[in-house]
Amino acid sequence: MKFKLKTLALGAALSLSALAANAGVITLNTDASDPAPKAAFAALVKSFEAAHPGVTVKINTFDHEGYKTSIRNFLTADAPDVVNWYAGNRMAPFVDAGLFEDVSDVWKANGLEKSLASAAPSMTQNGKQWGIPYTYYQWGVYYRKDIFDKLGIAEPKTWEQLVAASKKLKENKITPFAIGTKATWTTGGWFDYMNLRVNGYQFHMDLTAGKVPYTDKRVQAVFDKWDDLVKPGYYLENHASYQWQEALPAFVKGEAAMYLMGNFAVAPMREAGLKDAQIGFMQFPEITKGVPMAEDAPTDTVHIPAKAKNKEDARKFLAYIASAKAQSEINKTLGQLPVNNQSTSPDDKFLKAGFSMLSNAKGLAQFYDRDASAEMAKAGMDGFQEYMLKPDRRDAILNRLESVRMRTQK
Amino acid sequence: MPHPVPSSNSWWNRHQKSIAPWLFLTPALVMFGVYVIAPIFESMLISLYDWDGLGEPKFIGLQNYFNLWGDPDFWKSLQNNLIWIFGFMLAVPAGLFLALFLNQTVFGIRLVKSLFFFPFVISQVVLGLVFSWFYDPSNGLLALGFTSVGLEPLAILSDDTIVTYGIVIAGLYPQIAYCMILYLTGLNSVRPDLIEAARLEGAKGWTMLWHVVLPQLRPATFIAVVVTIIGSLRSFDMISIMTQGGPYGSSRVLAYYMYEVALSEYGYRMGYGTAIATVLFFIMLIYIGFVLRRIYRQEKET
Repeated sequence: MKFKLKTLALGAALSLSALAANAGVITLNTDASDPAPKAAFAALVKSFEAAHPGVTVKINTFDHEGYKTSIRNFLTADAPDVVNWYAGNRMAPFVDAGLFEDVSDVWKANGLEKSLASAAPSMTQNGKQWGIPYTYYQWGVYYRKDIFDKLGIAEPKTWEQLVAASKKLKENKITPFAIGTKATWTTGGWFDYMNLRVNGYQFHMDLTAGKVPYTDKRVQAVFDKWDDLVKPGYYLENHASYQWQEALPAFVKGEAAMYLMGNFAVAPMREAGLKDAQIGFMQFPEITKGVPMAEDAPTDTVHIPAKAKNKEDARKFLAYIASAKAQSEINKTLGQLPVNNQSTSPDDKFLKAGFSMLSNAKGLAQFYDRDASAEMAKAGMDGFQEYMLKPDRRDAILNRLESVRMRTQK
Repeated sequence: MPHPVPSSNSWWNRHQKSIAPWLFLTPALVMFGVYVIAPIFESMLISLYDWDGLGEPKFIGLQNYFNLWGDPDFWKSLQNNLIWIFGFMLAVPAGLFLALFLNQTVFGIRLVKSLFFFPFVISQVVLGLVFSWFYDPSNGLLALGFTSVGLEPLAILSDDTIVTYGIVIAGLYPQIAYCMILYLTGLNSVRPDLIEAARLEGAKGWTMLWHVVLPQLRPATFIAVVVTIIGSLRSFDMISIMTQGGPYGSSRVLAYYMYEVALSEYGYRMGYGTAIATVLFFIMLIYIGFVLRRIYRQEKET
């Protein structure tokens, strides 16, 4: 009996001290497992702890792919206080299931609807904000400036110029576009830009939200234009056999001259030995005259799980990561763009170009697989890949996509 | 303290013989029931719902199965499953001939046998990776071979008509080695006196193989066929490594499609995924029933 009392007392003491410790601790689950993001988060936590004495942050790092599955488990079972995720439709399932905390109060208290304005629409659902965006990056066409100069090709500003440039490259035995579609998401980037340029931002958002049928003649118009590149074979041969990284050597060796990609492609290009002077960056050219230019800019975010234990300190963390200073710092290490428009963007040729492009953008799309629902995204990107390999099957593909849209749009 | 001696006609004594086996079996049965039997029925139940794994499941009856019926991706996966089964069966004769070829007593034959068995020891993931490099249409060995004889290199893994065959061949590589080992052990128990007798009767070559050796190898053949079919139904890792089901889903099999629908990045349609799993389960059940009946019969004979 005596023994039992003792253990009870010990247990109570232990749980008390655990409670006391919890008061100033927040756990952060993140998939920032690559070297740069990892360092960026470590630095962020350090400066946050300095700014908020008494609060310590415990980081749990997951690998990318594993994180996508584990987040579903830890949000429902043993929730941390802050988690990494993505904006747009990607967060919708968690918001709908009531697993993310409404953080509109953090937005209001810090005037974020002004300073994070560009990403506000993608963070808003049911009129409330569900997280804080802290970084994004631009998409665009990276091209081999040296090859363009040698062949006397000017940076294409219109679709006609782009097709003409591709023709000239092909005549010189250079593949116009590098792409690897083994993981099909790369085709989503192409569809996004074709649709944004042919039909504009609003139509693209309506389509990815499932409000417009894929058999619509405006979607057909996108593929009519896409035919200009697919049918003459302006994409890397056998692209379905490669991941995007495996298509990169063709670009580095000068066998392919252009690559529609996110800014993350610049780092491996530099590592492979390309000089900044050899790489050019251009905004995806205009297709339909007068359609305002909108861009893809996938945004990374932080959220508070609804079941978090220390929401008070987690809110402090969110407010901190929304601040101009924190975003300048973290993006300097990440090599990406801060969302806060008061931040200074990193001193880098491509990021500067991206920053001015995104600040003038008519609207920002997240990316096909983040804007469309998961099932639609999978079917869509499979379909785009099939189209790029077998352009004649376009009608069958679009009919299939339409039947998937009908089913997901219940 | 004196131990009370149980009277000889206590309940325990009378029933000990019949209860003891069950007591020993209980832990295993509980485990099996909780982790194997119950999930099967739970999956079947989930397949009647529309559920994303997070929110409230919505009961939709057999709708998932109706959707499956009209889903071209499902039929394509089923068709690929059949290609896998028939393609994989080639491992049985191929393994037999390798075994016959290696079944000699020459110096160093053990080393040669282990080298032939090697592919089965390597992880499927590694083999998948090696084969996708082999098939690489720009720098792969196969492409180099094609170009050296003046042919256009074949992009096996990005051509929807041949991609499944390409992966089956990669899968055969370890499976043949497995069947070979099964036959090699079988050949050890072939009775030399029967061979001798047949030889005196004038049998040789094919006749000898077909009428004397093969009947004695029947148990080995049976096991080889069973493991090969099971292997073909489990053909998940190769597909995942080599093509991720692509191009545009044309190399998926049911198991991979189920994974993609239920558990992958673009999935989380648990109901639909478990519906596929249920169909796959019944296909396997037919086959397993057939195997069990066969084993039961054999045991009765002996």
